[in-house]
Amino acid sequence: MEVSSHTNQAGNETIMNAIIDISGLVKKSKAIFNLHGGVHPPGNKAQSTQLPIGELPLPEKLVLPLRQHIGNIPKITVSINQHVLKGQLLAEAEGTVSAAIHAPTSGTIIAIEDAVIPHPSGLPDQCITIKPDGKDTWIERKTQDWRKGNLNDLVASIRLSGIVGLGGATFPTQIKLRGNGKSEVHTLVINAAECEPYITCDDMLMRERSEQLVLGIQVAQRLIGAQNVVVGVEDNKPEAIAAIQTATANTNIEVKVIPTLYPSGDARRLVHLVLGQEVPHDKRSTQVGIQVFNVATVLALYRYFEFGEPSLSRIVSMTGNVNRPQNFEVLFGTPLMHLVKAVGDAKDDTSHYIMGGPMMGFDLPSEEVPITKAANCIIAASPTLFEPATPAMPCIRCARCADACPVSLQPQELYWFAKADNFEKAQDYKLFDCIECGACSYVCPSAIPLVQYYRYAKSEVIALDKAQEAADIARERNDFRLARLEREKQERAAKHAARAQGAKAAQAAKAAGSQEGQTVTDKQAAITAAIERAKAQKAADGAVPKNTTATSTATKAEIKTIDTRRAAATKDANKLTADTDKQAKIQAAIARAKAQKAAALKAKKG
Amino acid sequence: MNRSPYISNAPSVSNIMFKVLLALIPGIVVYAWLFGGGILITLVIATATALLTEALMLRLRRRPVQPFLTDYSAIITAWLLALAIPPLAPWWLIVIGVAFAIIIAKQLYGGLGYNPFNPAMIGYAVLLISFPLLMTKWPAALSIAQTKLSFIEQFNFIFSHTLPAGVTMDAVTSATPLDYLKTQLKLNQSMDSIQAASLFGVVGGKGTEYITLAYLAGGLFLWQQKIITWHLPVAFLGTIAAIASLFWLVDSSQFSSPLIHLFSGASLLAAFFIITDPVSGPTTPKGKLYFAAGIGVITYLIRVYGGYPDGVAFAVIFMNICVPLIDTYTQPRVFGHKE
Amino acid sequence: MLTALYIMLGLALVLGAVLGFAALKFKVEGDPLIARIDAILPQTQCAQCGYPGCKPYATAIANGEADINQCPPGGDEGVHALADLMGMEYKPLNEEHGETKPKAVAFIEEDVCIGCTLCIQACPVDAILGAAKHMHTIVASECTGCELCIPPCPVDCITMEPIEETPENWKWKYPAIPIKPVMKL
Repeated sequence: MEVSSHTNQAGNETIMNAIIDISGLVKKSKAIFNLHGGVHPPGNKAQSTQLPIGELPLPEKLVLPLRQHIGNIPKITVSINQHVLKGQLLAEAEGTVSAAIHAPTSGTIIAIEDAVIPHPSGLPDQCITIKPDGKDTWIERKTQDWRKGNLNDLVASIRLSGIVGLGGATFPTQIKLRGNGKSEVHTLVINAAECEPYITCDDMLMRERSEQLVLGIQVAQRLIGAQNVVVGVEDNKPEAIAAIQTATANTNIEVKVIPTLYPSGDARRLVHLVLGQEVPHDKRSTQVGIQVFNVATVLALYRYFEFGEPSLSRIVSMTGNVNRPQNFEVLFGTPLMHLVKAVGDAKDDTSHYIMGGPMMGFDLPSEEVPITKAANCIIAASPTLFEPATPAMPCIRCARCADACPVSLQPQELYWFAKADNFEKAQDYKLFDCIECGACSYVCPSAIPLVQYYRYAKSEVIALDKAQEAADIARERNDFRLARLEREKQERAAKHAARAQGAKAAQAAKAAGSQEGQTVTDKQAAITAAIERAKAQKAADGAVPKNTTATSTATKAEIKTIDTRRAAATKDANKLTADTDKQAKIQAAIARAKAQKAAALKAKKG
Repeated sequence: MNRSPYISNAPSVSNIMFKVLLALIPGIVVYAWLFGGGILITLVIATATALLTEALMLRLRRRPVQPFLTDYSAIITAWLLALAIPPLAPWWLIVIGVAFAIIIAKQLYGGLGYNPFNPAMIGYAVLLISFPLLMTKWPAALSIAQTKLSFIEQFNFIFSHTLPAGVTMDAVTSATPLDYLKTQLKLNQSMDSIQAASLFGVVGGKGTEYITLAYLAGGLFLWQQKIITWHLPVAFLGTIAAIASLFWLVDSSQFSSPLIHLFSGASLLAAFFIITDPVSGPTTPKGKLYFAAGIGVITYLIRVYGGYPDGVAFAVIFMNICVPLIDTYTQPRVFGHKE
Repeated sequence: MLTALYIMLGLALVLGAVLGFAALKFKVEGDPLIARIDAILPQTQCAQCGYPGCKPYATAIANGEADINQCPPGGDEGVHALADLMGMEYKPLNEEHGETKPKAVAFIEEDVCIGCTLCIQACPVDAILGAAKHMHTIVASECTGCELCIPPCPVDCITMEPIEETPENWKWKYPAIPIKPVMKL
């Protein structure tokens, strides 16, 4: 299935011409390439673009989860009750893939504890809670000259910025820039497609902040040393296109308008759309000389270097079943309901909130969750807005899902394998190439929750892989231990033999024997003494070990079974190692006999 | 609770199946107009049998009855079988055929979505093998029949197998074009003289060609509604046309023209309604081409060299067996992977 | 009659040749059986199977001395995999050897530990750190949850703590259509 190019060109050219007319600019746009599949969900973007990007008053408290990005959890550098300034480091990046977290405003840290976070699991995780002092006092800001500064220093400093991919992937940005100073990357693609319905944060950013955005693009361009820059934007945002066309007028940045088609905003799909190049499935785009950044990410980079501002806030679309849908610049950690109040509250029939778009988003587990770096959009959901899931019918193999899949997968086959827990086969059918865009479920006549099956299968495969890895390590450690025990045994035997062979062998052997016995009894005595001590201490402290009282009968029974099992096991082990044991014993016996002979001979002589 | 995507833009299974039924209506109307209302009686019996057996089996299998009865898939099976067998066959013939199709070929395999074979074609094959005489006794189109039976007379014939006084069996039946071709060619008749017979029309059988044209119209409606893709009908009809043309060009005295092959028998019904059954067919675009082409080849071979005048049913069943293999070997290239 | 015979003979020869060729061409050069069995076992080294470790159990299975359903940590999936590998009929886990429990790691109550080193000697994967008369601790990431350290402890200071679900190790669940899909928060 060769993806043909140029076919969409005609349609786009009309749109392009219209845009050129609007902006009064003449920009040559090369061909836009075709995407396999894709769907056209209703945009629902107009609702939240009526009002400009709003500001929120400071909330009562800010709850900052440590897990806001992909990778390691950052290390906390502050303590409870500490007063912090706006922009102060709260937690520093730990390990290679990690991102720092900063105080979004000045205030006091009132809690460092588990709280519910915006995660599909609904499980609580570690968070830092700040009570703002209302002064919003900045820490000293360190600006950097991104036009002339040393590239390595600039890139290295991003580790302190806390900037992550703001398109939703939240991959720490320093990783994407690191080591690229030497420029194997020739093309920078700026992702402004924003293909998911309802989400308009990038659209509004381009409309209102296109000047800064272009500077941000230039920051990224300098850092990775790319010669070409292409901005990919969907044709359903004419105002944003006009703004960005104007702002890029005197630059070498090329703006490519792509037809509205979900999921063209997926990085690999976008690269193919604007450059006609497929990034191989097992490579990162940088390995073929292409790097992709979201518009909000490069803007954050610019603000970090130009003004010394770390990543403290983002634009969030607050839309759906609310009274005045709008985009807001929201501090990280802002409670969800604070944002909901700003749009004149959710309508009465709101059932819950969704983070992300209607195609890939997830239900927020509670109204208590904070806004995080990944939160590009919050949708208030109601049963009328999003109809409840209908019971799934059997798959009728109509292959509409395969026609819609932007990766050319066979969703109906993957579903079959995932449903049967046949993960090996699912991987043969390229399960991990699935981007979970939801296009397949969107067109499924049987209303099968296909994506959920793939998520489940992926989750299981990852867990199985981890278990396998752990088992491999355990095997290695067990092998090592057995080898060590064997070595120790042989060393003991050798020592024994050597000792026995020495002069005054009989005496020495006798003495050694009694000594050994002595040590054994000594040890036992020491242990009983220690037990007594521990018991005494326990009695004194009132500290009782959990497993003697709380679960006495059950535990005791269990211990008994384990004991017998162990005894049996050791017996079998002895049987198994009997051969080697026997040999060692024989050798020892021979040595003993020799020694005795020698001793007897000596005695005779004496 | 997480079930993104939260939105959907898919017609339901019922909706799709209902449109398939809708697309069959033009063909049925023309059929009834040309051959009399008897076909409507057969359709009613078939529908009732399908719904009853489907409900019974669902109940026995402890599956919800209502959602599966209203998906209309059983009715499609019933209608396809009813349209495939001779319209004046005794009532119990269609009952046996539909019951076998639904109970054995569909429900015993797990019901909707799980049947490896096209149920209607299994039903047809069973009837053809079990009752070959009844299955080849086709009524003549009213325009060429010696005696035109009224609706009541057709009704009586279906239920009690009695003809009005003085009417012989031969007066109401006629060979089908494909059947006639086969027998006459065996008798060493020339193609020209065969095709001059009254039962041939412009492009196919007299009368029957209008029905096939109505099927074509219904098929185009399904294609326009994006319920079927072009792959299956084009590959199937294209293959039949190509092979028939080849043979015909080589020896037009022994082999009939491609037009006869396209517009006679079950060609067009199969192209748009039978081989397009998604459940028992392949899912990949390339696989659909191979599948349909295979059916085309086998159909032609059975028509020309086999023992039966038409071969769609056996060709479909044979290719159904090959579907897993076809699907496995026609996987499209995944984005970012080499071939 | 003779023709038929020749045809059958010819067919047999051709097919035999094809099979023989395929057997040579697609020969599976696998690990020795014991290693393949061992790869399926969970490497808990818990000895619940009646053998002193996973490898001895694998050896016993390979020699036909042990059954495939004696490994509780491997669970039902493990038995299925073993049945698959050995070409044997699946059978449910033998309850004599215990039941499958959720994965847990050992935890030493450090106030109570007397530093006797008995648990260190019992640990099959050297996951316990400590020296004589000094408090011991468990390297949780290396612990297989075999429970072999529990019985030797003279002061019962070791407990098994089930591994908690966190956003890190959380898994997507098997899809189920909720009966009442819309609930007010």
